[in-house]
Amino acid sequence: MSEQTAADQTQTKAVRDVGVVIQESESNRPVIEAIEQDNPECTTMHTPGLVRITAPGRIVINQETVEEKVGREWETHEFQMAIVSYFGNIQEWDDDEIVIAWDH
Amino acid sequence: MTLAPEKKSKKTKKLSMKARYEALTRGLDWEPSYVAKDEMFPHLDYEGIKIHDWAAWEDPFRLTIDSYCKYQAEKDKRLYAVLDGFAQGQGHLSLTDASYLNAMKVFIQGVTPLEYGAHRHFAYLARHFAGPGPRFAALCQSIDEIRHMQTEIHTLSNYNKYYSGMHNWPENFDRVWYLSVPKSFFEDALSCGPFEFLIAVGFSFEYLLTNLLFVPFMSGASFNGDLPTMTFGFSAQSDESRHMTLGLEAIKFLLEQDEANVEIVQGWIDKWFWRSYRVTALVAQMLDYMLPRKVMSWKESFELYFEEQMLGGLFEDLAFYGIKPPRHVEDAIKEKELLSHQVYWTLYQFSFAAGFTTTAPTDEHLDWLSQAYPDTFDKYYRPLWEKEKKNIENGGRHFARGLPQLCQVCQVPMLFTEPGEPSVLAQHESEFEGEIYHTCSNGCQWIFDREPEKYRQAWLPVHQILQGNCGGPTVPDVLEWYGLQDGDAGEYIGSRDHKNWVAWQGEAAADTAAPTEKAGA
Repeated sequence: MSEQTAADQTQTKAVRDVGVVIQESESNRPVIEAIEQDNPECTTMHTPGLVRITAPGRIVINQETVEEKVGREWETHEFQMAIVSYFGNIQEWDDDEIVIAWDH
Repeated sequence: MTLAPEKKSKKTKKLSMKARYEALTRGLDWEPSYVAKDEMFPHLDYEGIKIHDWAAWEDPFRLTIDSYCKYQAEKDKRLYAVLDGFAQGQGHLSLTDASYLNAMKVFIQGVTPLEYGAHRHFAYLARHFAGPGPRFAALCQSIDEIRHMQTEIHTLSNYNKYYSGMHNWPENFDRVWYLSVPKSFFEDALSCGPFEFLIAVGFSFEYLLTNLLFVPFMSGASFNGDLPTMTFGFSAQSDESRHMTLGLEAIKFLLEQDEANVEIVQGWIDKWFWRSYRVTALVAQMLDYMLPRKVMSWKESFELYFEEQMLGGLFEDLAFYGIKPPRHVEDAIKEKELLSHQVYWTLYQFSFAAGFTTTAPTDEHLDWLSQAYPDTFDKYYRPLWEKEKKNIENGGRHFARGLPQLCQVCQVPMLFTEPGEPSVLAQHESEFEGEIYHTCSNGCQWIFDREPEKYRQAWLPVHQILQGNCGGPTVPDVLEWYGLQDGDAGEYIGSRDHKNWVAWQGEAAADTAAPTEKAGA
């Protein structure tokens, strides 16, 4: 990390990751798939019981994509049932999308 | 404002999330008419924080009462189904080893009471903030925290039927020496003003360090067959995401409201990072020593959840407001390869007076530690355990005699070393009004020197024992006063839990006529 903070600020800012940690369960699988589909640059890491999804700069969770995957109506508040942790700032939590990104 | 039952049609006529949240937090607020506003909210000025516009507070979760209740009820329903199934299926027998529960003993003794403390203080914030947005967020968090306490008690009560060390945790919390570490931490926060508490617990504890406390630990529970703990952990963590948001929102709000707030907030970050970090010393040893099946080392988890996510991500964001990474953060980084080993070595020697048992790592475990800590373990700590192995072979398992000196601020025994000098014990002294006070590190000394009037009042368990306030002069006197019983403390091998475990596993093996070898047993 020391090299990250010491590094050229603008460059670091462009690539700073955000992330979300989700409980790995059958009911969350469609949510995870939706995130992977809508955030093609993301990487996932599995630890027992958990999936950690990170992406450079921004992660979006779209209601529409999740509904396609889950095959029923899904309101964004339901994401509270899946999320274990995150890093970044929740910039938007609306009816149709949730956006995690850094502000500055 | 409409709280009509939700309709299931796609094109719903109900208000948008944003409008509903506005209606709840702004529409239901009112201006006082027969008292002045500062009489209604009397605690908001004395810390020096300046707020010009409470309406600028925006909760990104846009939570309303109906959705809060709906999802919290669903979370509880899922958890209690798991607890019931686990209890009915004698799930405790499928743990990796009974020694795993030592981690959960420390958890219920040391963490569960903090949830209750948080519940109380967020209820206070829900009354005393002058803005409806933060008041409502604090109210939800207050209810969350009591839910966490209750679900933790319910989860672990099933183990309490079969295992030692979990029968008297509220009294343990108030009295036992190592539990004064989390207790004094939280009471330090409770006795702050409302804004400092928000930075202490909402930001420093919840946002900066909660991941270190819960996430790897809950993965550990999952990996060691403890389904109920994993489930309550994740259930609590889903609330924790909201709490992290409150913490982050709080700090940004304070920084945006007035430039004069920046310096005050920076001081609180500096103080509370180190206070919180010292509490995580207990977690570090749990990860590296108490989980029979390891998930990740403390070092890895510190690098991932703290250095990468917080220093690499968050503090770059806060730099916009002129906020710098916490003072003494470099000391914490230098300590990541030493912390768990130093703490466990101490707990190992003092577990004769604890609500949990300890045991020397097996050869396989030592190999894992060597590989996880290639630069330090073989050099400084493996030789200690190899020597201890010889002691044990000769029938002389080592327990410390005497009582450790405690740090005046964090109350951890003075077991740490100077940054970058793993073989030099840290021993810091400050003088205040003619008395000498000892601290364990640059961080704790800085905190003491900043507010000596506060920290001189610390209830230090060892001082209290020596002053005769803890039941009597002998170890059995003190243990009785702690409310500990036979089987709670000491060495794991041969303990009541260990004997029961071997017997229960033996029964199972006899039933299937296929004896299995249990790791760690």
